[in-house]
Amino acid sequence: MTTTELPRFKRGRAPLLGLVTLIILVAGAMAGLLAVPADALQGEVQRLMYVHVPAAWLAMLAFFVVFVMSVLYLIQRDPRWDLIAVSSAEIGIVFTALTLVLGSLWGKPTWGVWWTWDPRLTTTAIMLMIYVGYLVVRSFAEDPEKRARWSAIIGIVGFVDVPIVYLSVLWWRTLHQPPSSPRSMAGEFVYVLLLNVAAFTFLYAYLMVRRYRLAVAERQLEELRLSREDRGGR
Amino acid sequence: MNRRKMWIGLGLVAIVGAVVLLVAGGLRENVVYFLTPTELEAKGAEVYGAPLRLGGQVKPESVDWNAESGRLLFVITDGETELPVESSGAPPAMFSEGMGVVVEGSYREDGVFRSHNVMVKHSNEYRPPEEGEHPKEIYRSLVDDEAGR
Repeated sequence: MTTTELPRFKRGRAPLLGLVTLIILVAGAMAGLLAVPADALQGEVQRLMYVHVPAAWLAMLAFFVVFVMSVLYLIQRDPRWDLIAVSSAEIGIVFTALTLVLGSLWGKPTWGVWWTWDPRLTTTAIMLMIYVGYLVVRSFAEDPEKRARWSAIIGIVGFVDVPIVYLSVLWWRTLHQPPSSPRSMAGEFVYVLLLNVAAFTFLYAYLMVRRYRLAVAERQLEELRLSREDRGGR
Repeated sequence: MNRRKMWIGLGLVAIVGAVVLLVAGGLRENVVYFLTPTELEAKGAEVYGAPLRLGGQVKPESVDWNAESGRLLFVITDGETELPVESSGAPPAMFSEGMGVVVEGSYREDGVFRSHNVMVKHSNEYRPPEEGEHPKEIYRSLVDDEAGR
């Protein structure tokens, strides 16, 4: 594939998306901290929900995008799908780690432990390792097409764990509670949570735009380097 | 050629789907994070002394906490079977009667579960405090607990 097939971007859109994202994030944080009272039983720590849950949502959304882009890549062999996949995988890793850290901070005061090997926590840790492995495999492959093909396969097979993470609390006995619903949670809490989920979804879109541009630039640089090496070798 | 690739893609998706169903179906039967008191009692002598987790509710009015010796006694129940639990050290701040708990330790021959770690399993219910109700500031009591130890 040649560099000319990679897209160019119009300037000016990303900062606007960034601004909108920032506004919704600030609104979500303010709502979570100020607009609603803390939970009757847990007290102030329960407010961690307004970042822990959206972070987990963002991570799973990101890995779903990796899955879709991996399937598309194997069908069409378009390098753009590969670059979107790796961008999304990196963002997913960051937010999986954030979910684990926030969950741990929430777990200590409520459960009494920072960590326990229950099915939800264990499958989430496995999810983190699968996508770190995805990046490691990429770093070993020198040929861009081979790299894209290998990682697409991991992006598809590795996604198996993502629905398992979500369903773990329903399938198995866990220390982690099952997902809350509007029936198990006060209405005002639900709205604030949804606002923060929306904010993190915008954040994902913004980070994707930024990271994808970087991926395209990296790829173009790599193409240049490879073509120079080709000439130098002859 | 493209058609072939499409089939490869679809095949991979089908394989992943099958793996999910198989793995999950198999694991559903086999992964047990904790035993219930009824299951533990049924196993009886088989599991004496083995490290395991036991989950259930704290039976109301069964909690006996001795702050001086640091000994905690309570009865864990699944609504069917009740088992006495003995633990050392202060329980998490959310530990209370009727609350779900998971305890780590081992079942002894005298029928008491000796625990070295009590964890609180809270529900997925969240609501604002009602009038006159004051949420416990558990993060503060946590800090105090740690400092006092």
